[in-house]
Amino acid sequence: MICKLDRVSFRYPARPVNAVTEVSLEVAAGTHVALVGPNGAGKSTVLRLLTGVLRPNDGRVTVLGRRSCDWKRREMARQVAVVSQGVEGVAGLSVRDLVSMGRYPYVNPWSPLGSEDRALVDAWLAAVDLVDLADRDAAELSGGELQRARLARALVQEPQLLLLDEPTAHLDLGHEARFMEIVNQIIHEQSVTVIAVTHHLNVAARYADRMILLSGGRVLADGAPSHVLAPEWLEAAFGWPIEVLNLGPVGRMAVAGRKDTARGDGTW
Amino acid sequence: MIRRWLALAALLVTSLAIGMLAGPADLSPREWWQALAGSPGPAATILWRVRLPRVATGALTGGMLAVSGVVFQALLRNPLAEPYLLGVSSGAALGAVSALALGLSGSAYFALPVAALAGALVAIAIVFEVARVGSRLDTQVLLLAGVVVSAFFGACVLLILTFVSTETLRSAFFWTLGSLSGASGGMILAMAAYSVPALVVLFGLSRHLNALALGEETAAYLGTEVERVKLLAFFLASLLAAAAVSVAGVIGFVGLVVPHAVRLWGIRDHRVLTPVSFLVGAAALVLADAVARTVAAPMEIPIGVVTAFLGVPMFLLLLRRAVRT
Repeated sequence: MICKLDRVSFRYPARPVNAVTEVSLEVAAGTHVALVGPNGAGKSTVLRLLTGVLRPNDGRVTVLGRRSCDWKRREMARQVAVVSQGVEGVAGLSVRDLVSMGRYPYVNPWSPLGSEDRALVDAWLAAVDLVDLADRDAAELSGGELQRARLARALVQEPQLLLLDEPTAHLDLGHEARFMEIVNQIIHEQSVTVIAVTHHLNVAARYADRMILLSGGRVLADGAPSHVLAPEWLEAAFGWPIEVLNLGPVGRMAVAGRKDTARGDGTW
Repeated sequence: MIRRWLALAALLVTSLAIGMLAGPADLSPREWWQALAGSPGPAATILWRVRLPRVATGALTGGMLAVSGVVFQALLRNPLAEPYLLGVSSGAALGAVSALALGLSGSAYFALPVAALAGALVAIAIVFEVARVGSRLDTQVLLLAGVVVSAFFGACVLLILTFVSTETLRSAFFWTLGSLSGASGGMILAMAAYSVPALVVLFGLSRHLNALALGEETAAYLGTEVERVKLLAFFLASLLAAAAVSVAGVIGFVGLVVPHAVRLWGIRDHRVLTPVSFLVGAAALVLADAVARTVAAPMEIPIGVVTAFLGVPMFLLLLRRAVRT
């Protein structure tokens, strides 16, 4: 068991209601979990609870057998890496500098990066296909390239658990597919566990082993994508009539909101 | 990179040489050379007793202000951040002006810097206490508290100055504008004892500052204990500024301009940015002081005026070049 939430509730200070209420879930090592649900369902909050930057008001969050908020950041950064949507200021840093920061949890503050650290950085730059751009200013990268650089930075941390917070939200279909293929490959080669928050249900259906549907801060459905992506669950979560098309092989599904079904009174 | 270090070394050596040699005393190069070689005489007295302490103080002060500016800009992710943001300068001014008003400055040469340091530390303590919630430091509150405490201490200074003699008013005025004329060996040692450990720790935090420049949450994911690092770095940077102000008065622009100039040179990694900024700040202030005591000799113009006159055009030039490319 790589991580576990046990009846976890969390409320952001100055907010009237819980962001997450009594959420319990366990994630086994080596799985790819997609965390889906409408805006404000508590997906990112679950991720941040796992990283320990948020402390639950109730319940217990454990990562690798230890409470997430008890970890020293440096130790946690060696086990858990995060790629988020990407709004950090990277101007002036070369792509290599940016990726090298993933070694920070390992290096002594007084010494430079060692040759093994640098070799690892180069290996991941190659894996995400950024070798040619390594010495460019990171601010010059396209959205897709920058997200691959940040993925490389996360992997340079050599994590057991990789948390993705809508990393492909701003990417086009091609860049998203490329990003997800790299993630998928890593899961198989390095047996990294991935928990990915996403709004792209079709993509999640294709890559995830398991899908957890959150709504209003609670777990509404949890299981294989084919189980969770059922109109009744999705309609309850998203508040809109939804059509699910099975395209044959397992995981090839298309989910879309129905057209012309909303009534004037806001119900359907 | 090697060319940059060579350029930096040249800048430093040149500015130190100019700082040692420039001044109102009219001595021939031969006399200087003999003094440097170690023979006693008036040139030796000026060189070792007057110029050296002054150049050393200038170098230390400039370096400390520059490093302080680097840290503030990294933590606040704001290019306008500078060392006096948390009320250090007005706190120091209140301390110094109180010492002047009470006539303490005549009693011991160190009374003025000690009073200024005490004032600056009080200001920092108040600002931190307001902005700290448990172990968390709210950056927005910190900034706001800094502004308000500055305003309050500034008002206290004005109140005191209303009641003092013209003589004291003039002293206070010149102290506020900054000067290295009070430099002495003991003071340099005191300042070094105080600032070297702070500089070493700040250098050790370099990678955390790099990470924090990406944002606090990202930094946490890269292994930074965000709140602890922020608290420590803000505190040490303010201490450096307090030490600088207490010895040299309020010298503006060094803490703002030098880190930017170094960044515009393409240096972003704090492991390089911090030491290079120290050296450039040191060179800059030594040069500014040389200008301050020569352009209107035998009058000495306030060094804060020189740093502004030299720093602003240079900065605008650099900025213009950076925007174009």
